[in-house]
Amino acid sequence: MTTVETPIGNAKTMVLNMGPQHPSTHGVLRIALELDGETVIKAVPDLGYLHTGIEKSCEDKTYSQAITLTDRMDYLNPLGNNLAYCLAVEKLLGLEVPKRAQYVRVMLVELQRISSHLVWLGTHAIDLGAMSVFLYCFREREEILKIFELFAGQRMMTSYIRIGGLALDPPAGWRAAVDKFLKMMPSRVDDYETLLTNNRIWMGRTQGIGYISLEDAVALSMTGPTIRAAGLEYDNRRMFPYSSYEEFDFAVPTRTDSDCFGRYMVRVAEMRESLKIVRQAMDKISNDGPVRTDAPGIVPPAREKMKTEMEALIYHFKIFTEGFAPPPGEAFSAVESPRGELGCFVASDGSAKPLRVHFRSPSFINLQALPKLIEGQLISDVVACIGTIDIVLGDVDR
Amino acid sequence: MSENTSQNANFVVEHLRAWNGRAVAEVTGDRGETTIVVPRELIVETAEHCRVDPALLFNFLTDATCVDRFPMEPRFEVNYQLVSMSRRDRLRLKIKLSGSDPVMDSLVPVWPGANWLEREIFDLMGIQFTGHPDLRRILLPDDWQGHPLRRDYPVQGFRDVPSTYIPGFRKAGA
Repeated sequence: MTTVETPIGNAKTMVLNMGPQHPSTHGVLRIALELDGETVIKAVPDLGYLHTGIEKSCEDKTYSQAITLTDRMDYLNPLGNNLAYCLAVEKLLGLEVPKRAQYVRVMLVELQRISSHLVWLGTHAIDLGAMSVFLYCFREREEILKIFELFAGQRMMTSYIRIGGLALDPPAGWRAAVDKFLKMMPSRVDDYETLLTNNRIWMGRTQGIGYISLEDAVALSMTGPTIRAAGLEYDNRRMFPYSSYEEFDFAVPTRTDSDCFGRYMVRVAEMRESLKIVRQAMDKISNDGPVRTDAPGIVPPAREKMKTEMEALIYHFKIFTEGFAPPPGEAFSAVESPRGELGCFVASDGSAKPLRVHFRSPSFINLQALPKLIEGQLISDVVACIGTIDIVLGDVDR
Repeated sequence: MSENTSQNANFVVEHLRAWNGRAVAEVTGDRGETTIVVPRELIVETAEHCRVDPALLFNFLTDATCVDRFPMEPRFEVNYQLVSMSRRDRLRLKIKLSGSDPVMDSLVPVWPGANWLEREIFDLMGIQFTGHPDLRRILLPDDWQGHPLRRDYPVQGFRDVPSTYIPGFRKAGA
């Protein structure tokens, strides 16, 4: 796609094209590698193969319609994308979301974090030759997707988090389903650790590989497990709490080794912390109460009301035909996605469609550090380094 | 939380004004967020000052984006979102650029992480960053014409995608 210039002329080096169709690039990432024997001298990432213009499409949709587009960016974290977007629009509108909805949001995005880390762990392990971990991880991820299906009717593109609250009330039987998962999962995480943590091949392939100093990581704007493995406790849930995260008791795991192994340990520890948050959220969610804020003309009215109240019917019609117009202004909200800080910037000009929607996608910005991680390493470690920053190409290219 | 933020905002604005009165052209405190409009000539110095000043310590650039307010002038607004990790604070620096001269200095010397973010703005909005080490298109093909996130660029297709068109073959949609 892009012509990449590499200093050819040195008889010792060769240029190797990796991707965009390469299973270990986790999507359609292309990297031009200049090699001296098996050592990478220079790496130039080339992106855009999955660019779908989501930010432009959002400008042509009403505020509520754009939610469905956010699902399709980081497809391992659709609920987190919904949340980032909805928080920005709610800030723009000045909406307060009912506590019950906030807790359900927290519970679901934490389940999503576990499922995303499971996909990461499985694919990262399979990249490095450990086949069986992949099968176990996907078995557990399936259970989480079943919970999402129960809540939203969809396994992946849920669009369950809406402006002002949630799409639907939590379904009957959700407590039993989540509880069953919480009882099963801790021992499964132990299983993964048994398979990998002290495995000599795993340690050999990850320890000391893909090192980045904390100074470089901050300078390159890295976030998420990558920066926490470099020793900085930067987590949006703790630094700038949103959706009532300040009420939850959880640890932010950090390491100082800042290599592939450190990032693996941070993510495994995060899965355990997320389980704790899910348990606390479950206890906080009351059995009844509103899941949508009362904002006529912005948040759709309840079905029953539409059958008895004229105003409710009018509002429902107006929301879904012409949308609503937030007051002019700008809002930036940031959530902690499994990959790092997922920011959403929304600008309104006072019309029913956004003037500008921009996503600060963690994969895009973390990927910027890839040349720093792999230059000077062996070509076999390139695969480990791509896996370790946990990119989702839908999130990189949007 | 909003009270806290506005106090912080005053503190940051006062501090920047004391350093250089011309650096703060305009301030908006809206929805708990502080935006400082910085004149185009002073952006690099102001950004560097925000980063290193021990009282501000905005050491982390989290995002950069651009808004097109076509047909208003100045139509482009480039926003840099800063985070101070030690002070738990956020700040937005805004630079306004006219449609006839969408050029500004690159912030890559201040935050190396601005590299891809500015390439993305260049690619999709057509803002030129002087002093950028590698200003190429990042998401679109090199032979793409125009900058799709501009408001005067249509949402739906109006011509063939250059890299997919092969001479001699039927045109897409024909």
